[in-house]
Amino acid sequence: MKFITVSGPPSSGKTSVILKTIDALASRGLKTGVVKFDCLTTDDDKLYEKKGVPVKKGLSGALCPDHFFVSNVEECVRWGTDKGLDILISESAGLCNRCSPHIKDITAVCVIDNLSGVNTPKKIGPMLKSADIVIITKGDIVSQAEREVFASRVKIANPAATIMNVNGITGQGAYELSRLFISGDEIETLKGRMLRFSMPSALCSYCLGERRIGDTYQMGNVRKMDMEE
Amino acid sequence: MKKAADRKFSEQTYMTDFFESFGLKIDNHEITPAEYVRNIPEDKLEDLGIDPENFFQSLEAFAADFEAMMNDKGMDVNSLTVIGGHDKSGNPENVELTISKGDIICIVGPTGSGKSRLLADIEWLADGDTPTGRRILINGEKPDLSMRYSLEHKLVAQLSQNMNFVMDLTAEEFVMMHAESRLVENPAEKTALIIEQANMLAGEKFKPDTPVTSLSGGQSRALMIADTAFLSKSPVVLVDEIENAGIDRKKALELLVKEEKLVLMATHDPILALMGSKRIVIKNGGINEIIETTGEERKSLEALRKLDEKLLAMRNILRTGGRLDNIDDTII
Repeated sequence: MKFITVSGPPSSGKTSVILKTIDALASRGLKTGVVKFDCLTTDDDKLYEKKGVPVKKGLSGALCPDHFFVSNVEECVRWGTDKGLDILISESAGLCNRCSPHIKDITAVCVIDNLSGVNTPKKIGPMLKSADIVIITKGDIVSQAEREVFASRVKIANPAATIMNVNGITGQGAYELSRLFISGDEIETLKGRMLRFSMPSALCSYCLGERRIGDTYQMGNVRKMDMEE
Repeated sequence: MKKAADRKFSEQTYMTDFFESFGLKIDNHEITPAEYVRNIPEDKLEDLGIDPENFFQSLEAFAADFEAMMNDKGMDVNSLTVIGGHDKSGNPENVELTISKGDIICIVGPTGSGKSRLLADIEWLADGDTPTGRRILINGEKPDLSMRYSLEHKLVAQLSQNMNFVMDLTAEEFVMMHAESRLVENPAEKTALIIEQANMLAGEKFKPDTPVTSLSGGQSRALMIADTAFLSKSPVVLVDEIENAGIDRKKALELLVKEEKLVLMATHDPILALMGSKRIVIKNGGINEIIETTGEERKSLEALRKLDEKLLAMRNILRTGGRLDNIDDTII
């Protein structure tokens, strides 16, 4: 089985792009499954189910979503293998722009949309900057000039990536993306693999459920803004 | 040549853009990127989301790209050939269509018939490896397939119908930003030229300091066509219908042709369709027929233009508060 991590800001079009790419993979006779990671709630699993795509939903609830991801991803890969999948895709939203689910030597995809503005690429951390493939969506609703400027900004933020435009509605570009999905390595397990980048560290009183505000209640890994000047 | 990481910032001024995308501002240009990064404490790097190994790989790729872009004279595409594959039912297309610089080729067919697939085949340089089995040649030869994933060598620029501006900039700032991202030599001059040309296409003129978001539909299209003609590196332009409002469509197409673009236009507007030398008829996912615009058809163009002018005159009557009395079929 091949494993692919897909991440991107909320509403950037990850699910649409994945659905269209699964169509293209199915036309080659490949069976693809999805693990959808989210925080509070998601209905995206129903969209996959409707297409007959095996899907597993993981809600992190009160936990940091990316820590939740990495604590469960190995089990997800086992689930995919048991289901006899050719390709397993994990879909997760980068909620603070600092997290990244990408794993070394595992095809890593970041989905970002033209409407998010030309300054967004540099605001997104390792999720974009360490991805192998960056997919730009919603190109059909902005001008050609904006598409070109946006793509060049993505290229500055991640010069080594393959950058592609995919239309999540018509599927233009999805067939081409599916070729990159099948070029990844076959894996049996993720045990012992490394994340491409460390997860943000957080271990303070608020992680443990503290709600009161003020110095007295802050313990552990606390950092203060510089308020001088 | 030394690695980019070991060359001073002053020798590669563009490198500051890369650092800025990580939130790092370079003040001392007499040091090298390697020295700069070495002086950042490890926990600061982690805060910035920088993994040095990955960072330096990206940095070298950035420098290589930039050098390549500076030395790239752009693709010289004189012709593009579509070699037919098959339609959705597997029937062969039996066509070989060559489009040359300055040609205008129209694409007709109902929604969902496969117009976007044809475009995608061109953009992807299909080599018998897409669902249609088509092949694309450039200048009569099979192109280097590594172009497929290259942003710099994007073959097709698309002017879509439902295009919006999402940036909050003036027309001048907007074009300038595009020119700068394309590293053109004199961005200010290019910007002025584009705005001047756009105004020659637009029915109502706009000023350089007009925000792009307040341009009319016709003005927006005029600006985008002029911008694509002069700034887009892509040799092929796909135009998705040009609505007949607020823009001189004939001049717009002439501008693209004059700038040596290969123009493909999806349209069902009779006047635009007859301006093309050929039209590709798409049915069931395949090229069903290629119709050459005959002299007979071109004769119809004149009558159609007159009709169009009459309609335009009536729009103006409405715009100025007039009435449309006594209109019957004699106007045709």
